Amino acid sequence: MTEKNVVTAIRDALHDEMANDERIVLLGEDVGARGGVFRISDGWLDEFGEERVIDTPLAESGIVGVAIGMALHGLLPVAEIQFADFIHPAFDQIISEAARLRYRSNGDFGVPMVIRTPCGGGIHGALYHSQSIETFYAHVPGLKVVMPSTPADAAGLLRSALRDPDPVLFLEHKKTYRAIKGEVPDDASLVPIGVADVKREGGDLTCVSYGYSLHGCLDAAERLADDEGISVEIVDVRTLAPLDTATILSSVRKTSKAIVVYEDNRTYGAGAEIASTIAEEALFDLDAPIVRVGGPDIPAMPFAAPLEHYFMEPEPDHLYARMRALAHA
Amino acid sequence: MSTQVAETPHGALGLSTDDLLAMYRLLLTTRLLDEAALRQNRMGRAPFVVPAAGHEGCQIGTAWAMRRGSDIWLPYYRDLGVVLTAGMTPYEVFLGVFAKADDPSSGGRQMPAHWGSRRLGIISGSSPIATQVPHAAGIAYAVRYRGEDAVVGCWFGDGATSEGDWHEGLNFSGIHRLPVIFVCENNQYAISVPQSKQMAVEDVAMRAEGYGFPGVVVDGNDVLACYGAMKTAHERALAGEGPTLIECKTYRFLPHTSDDDDKSYRSREEVEEAKGKDPLARFGAYLRQHDVLDEAAEEELRGSAKKEIDEAIQAAWDAADPDPDSALRHVFQEDES
Repeated sequence: MTEKNVVTAIRDALHDEMANDERIVLLGEDVGARGGVFRISDGWLDEFGEERVIDTPLAESGIVGVAIGMALHGLLPVAEIQFADFIHPAFDQIISEAARLRYRSNGDFGVPMVIRTPCGGGIHGALYHSQSIETFYAHVPGLKVVMPSTPADAAGLLRSALRDPDPVLFLEHKKTYRAIKGEVPDDASLVPIGVADVKREGGDLTCVSYGYSLHGCLDAAERLADDEGISVEIVDVRTLAPLDTATILSSVRKTSKAIVVYEDNRTYGAGAEIASTIAEEALFDLDAPIVRVGGPDIPAMPFAAPLEHYFMEPEPDHLYARMRALAHA
Repeated sequence: MSTQVAETPHGALGLSTDDLLAMYRLLLTTRLLDEAALRQNRMGRAPFVVPAAGHEGCQIGTAWAMRRGSDIWLPYYRDLGVVLTAGMTPYEVFLGVFAKADDPSSGGRQMPAHWGSRRLGIISGSSPIATQVPHAAGIAYAVRYRGEDAVVGCWFGDGATSEGDWHEGLNFSGIHRLPVIFVCENNQYAISVPQSKQMAVEDVAMRAEGYGFPGVVVDGNDVLACYGAMKTAHERALAGEGPTLIECKTYRFLPHTSDDDDKSYRSREEVEEAKGKDPLARFGAYLRQHDVLDEAAEEELRGSAKKEIDEAIQAAWDAADPDPDSALRHVFQEDES
């Protein structure tokens, strides 16, 4: 085990996989000479050559479309979209093509590929460098959508994504890149796609979250334990699609209370799916209404620090307060 | 010892009389199958069909230069002639028309004419326009990366050339000088929108210059001209000289689909005039002129093609429908076990 931050864990895992599998090619804007704006592929142009580390024109739909073609013909492309906010021109290629090729060909064709993209806010990125995009894509069967919150999960899920026979949208929360550190196995350990993880055990209430939001939940849970002895169980869904409902429901049945926390706009967000699953499957196990904490329903995250802070945390200690209120309900 | 007095146009292209007859049979089969499919639609047995009539010359002319078994085909929905040339049979086409379980393209999941077959190297296509163009570029990239002896053919209509994906796919292919051929079947309409409202240029082909490779214009109703352009492009691709854009000027004789009414946007005079340049009739005349085909042989070809189509319709109609429960399958790869 080695302690790493999230960006280093992703870089090391991807480097390791590229070194071991010549089918893997990396393509995207600035991934070559610049090594990616987050320096994931720093130095790889020299190491792997320009055939495998491909600086593309600034055309996101083309990047994904070309990657689909590569995947259809024996390569294992890793398409990097520089910021998730810029993925929207590729929406058609991702959902009409990558996600539907296997289904529409009755299983004749498959598209093993990974689309990596940094998402999320809290980094002074304003409207177009802060977006949460997971729900758009998690809605379409045929695509797997993962979003790790820790360095070990990032490495293990990325390795699994590269072994998956179907397209995987790999979402990396930018705020976790350097802020979150943790032990990462030195070997090629896999974290399975589609399996949630209990990041903190507890008995009084279940908090379901993912991405950077999960760390706010962990922090609030620690303080609630210290302050009032409230024991919060925290479930990291890790994969938005397909969602591991069994782990979520098993925790909720144990604690009888559920709060769902996510950074994306609250309405129609992933929390809506998680909350409705709990309501459908575990209503009679609940001692209180499900609580949903999401971002405000405004078009995107504003730039000015007070405005951005409001998006991420509308009032001081809001997670602490919402969890505490639920615990006492 | 025989004396070759003057080389024929097909001889100059390296085509034997057997080649010509096989090509003619494909044109004829495409036309007859197309008419038969539309009849099935009008009889209420097929909810939706996509006519190809008028495009046979450029479809079979270009496709004939491709090699079955090694080259890769990305046709669009009007490309009946391309997929028949690639090896799809009339029976397989009608399995798609009737949305049967054994439809090789999709098992009855997609609308008819959304071709695909791993076995034949035909990449599954969708309905959004031009999405296959960047796929063609990516496949061509993989072909070269893996050191394969293969060329990628990518077909589309004039409407596709307005899509961002079209430009992005051609641009990437030009940058990397990929072994791919782009074939535009320009029938002058994107459903109802005439070329003058799609682009401010005379020829789609001139757009290739913006991507750093040759663009050529051919008479899409001249099978041999289309074949010649494709043959040259194929040789360029194999020699590592990069992509070619071939624009075949042609015309669609029938509405866009069985649900379209082209009377609202094209005069009957215009359509009749275009039918005067019918690629099938023109190729037939060429073959008679060069003593490759006579009336008896023509009748025999027509009869055998019609028989094959009639049998295909009957067999496909009798084939099994998809099992409703199978609707949930193949979302992701299924376990081998």
